[in-house]
Amino acid sequence: MNSLDLQLQQSNQRAVGTQRRKLSWGRVLAWCFVGLWVFVTLFPVYWIARMAFSTQKLLLADPTNPFPAGLTLDAFRRVLGLLPLQMVIDEGGFPKVMHFGEYLLTTFIVTSAITIGSTIFNAMAAYAFARLRFPFRNRLFYLYIIVQIMPAVLGLIPNFILIHSLGWVGTLQGIIAPSFLGSAFGVFFLRQFFLGINRELEEAAMLDGDTLIGIFWHVILPITLPALTTIFVLAFMTSWNDLQWPYFAGGSGHIEGTTTLTVAMLSFRSQTQRGLPDYTGLMAGTLISIIPMLAIFLVFGRKIVDSIQFQGYR
Amino acid sequence: MQASRITAYKRPPALKLRPRTETLIAWLFILPSLVGIMVFVFIPAVRGIYLSFTNSDLLTRSDFIGLQNYQKLLNDAQFWSSLRITVEYVLFNIPIQTVLALTLAILMTRLTKSNILRGIVFLPYLLPMVMVTMVWLTLLDYDFGPVNSVLQLLGLAKIGFFNQTTIIPSLAWINTWRYAGYVALLFFAGLQSIPGELYEAATIDGANEWQSFTHVTWPLLRPVTVFVLITSVVGSFQVWDSVAVAASPSGGPGGASRVIFWYITNVAFTQFNIGYAAAIAVALFVIVLVIALIQMWYFRADSSDLG
Repeated sequence: MNSLDLQLQQSNQRAVGTQRRKLSWGRVLAWCFVGLWVFVTLFPVYWIARMAFSTQKLLLADPTNPFPAGLTLDAFRRVLGLLPLQMVIDEGGFPKVMHFGEYLLTTFIVTSAITIGSTIFNAMAAYAFARLRFPFRNRLFYLYIIVQIMPAVLGLIPNFILIHSLGWVGTLQGIIAPSFLGSAFGVFFLRQFFLGINRELEEAAMLDGDTLIGIFWHVILPITLPALTTIFVLAFMTSWNDLQWPYFAGGSGHIEGTTTLTVAMLSFRSQTQRGLPDYTGLMAGTLISIIPMLAIFLVFGRKIVDSIQFQGYR
Repeated sequence: MQASRITAYKRPPALKLRPRTETLIAWLFILPSLVGIMVFVFIPAVRGIYLSFTNSDLLTRSDFIGLQNYQKLLNDAQFWSSLRITVEYVLFNIPIQTVLALTLAILMTRLTKSNILRGIVFLPYLLPMVMVTMVWLTLLDYDFGPVNSVLQLLGLAKIGFFNQTTIIPSLAWINTWRYAGYVALLFFAGLQSIPGELYEAATIDGANEWQSFTHVTWPLLRPVTVFVLITSVVGSFQVWDSVAVAASPSGGPGGASRVIFWYITNVAFTQFNIGYAAAIAVALFVIVLVIALIQMWYFRADSSDLG
């Protein structure tokens, strides 16, 4: 990342240089464009909140109102299954008690298992590829590079058959299994960071009588904590947002206890589109689903942005 | 730190460890990851190709039937229609997304170093595609969507954004909205690696903004452009989530959004014609691979003029 920092520094110096320039029409136009895009980016997020905090009936009566119509938390209570069914129907909501609390828990279990498992196993493999000498090391690493370019479309059906033959369709382990042991990209990403560690630190630890596993634990992992955090956050994000695999492996949204938030939203939407859409409920569900992502964005935003710039250098 | 400097003098040429122990530990460390890669990525890919030569239906049979699935594919009107719809989607998606992202990246480089701006631009990429599609379905709704409200206020005709002719451009726009910021950051990183002196030299030589873009920025940005185009085209060809949300289970009005991945999952998990679905998947893989190779050849990916 050193070269990246340097380049960012250079860019900052360049940016300071450009600030001295006079205000020109080109710059005004450029700022307008950026401003427009910021609006196009943020408005939908605002609109989710606006609808989620509205009353279904008032919302439909007044679609142009830019503010929440009849400020209320009812939509949230409805999708969390906190309101009795009759009240839901009276309010014009989708006539079914929903359990977004349960979907949230399921998603959290699946995502935690995948994120923790994949980060640990990626780090272990990356350490071996970066530091240890063993037969076939380079050839094995080629396999990791080849595997990275294989598109998802080729693996979906065979993986489903595998999970099916294990009797795991409609179970949490079926959803978790394919991502639990890590990814080729994760190994590749962490290896780059491990290669950059000063060997003298490891040698010192070794002379102090530390074993290879001890060095991994006491030297490598603490130093590369930022990279580990990045890969952890990326895995969390990918898993939290995934739809296709949790949908098919989890039993197409029909099985209690294996329905993740994205799958629940898909079923909710496809059921509700036959009648008048339950907009407030859908948006309340959406808001609940993206809150963890918004939190991650606020805490780790900078880190993820930097890591994406790393991907560009691959 | 002090300790390591002192011990460095006495350091033997290499870590003194029996090679066999090291090999054992290495395999121990790699094993979980390798099992994962083999069992869930590599073997499935090979098995997928094998399945495409069978009549597997998941439960009762799985016989080798040679090229029959591929012969069927050539005469399958729905396959060609899905392919055409997918290509249309990619053509609506990629050019606008790429130009938009490059523009944003250049503006971010030239106007401001603000981290907040970069964060906002990147935000949509964090949100699940399901939720993103949901929001845009609402925003573009015919009766209650604010976009149509604004059109009405301006005295224009309302637009049905999800009817037979508009659904693919609308879905392409939704994808563009989610990915433009992410791609912009990739371009942004690439722009940082172009030395500022080159622009100064170009200015001294009398180049205007456009000339310094075509002669400095564009050629030196080539490796990033290739990476961006290949990954986004491959991703775009595999569109599924937004179609599932906006158009499932029918595949949109008049089947207008039956993209190829939708067709694959429909054949596999609704009709349970696993063998044939695998053949379509292999066909899509080959198409995507050929397009990626053409892009690499066209841009000569491995060489940046920066040297």
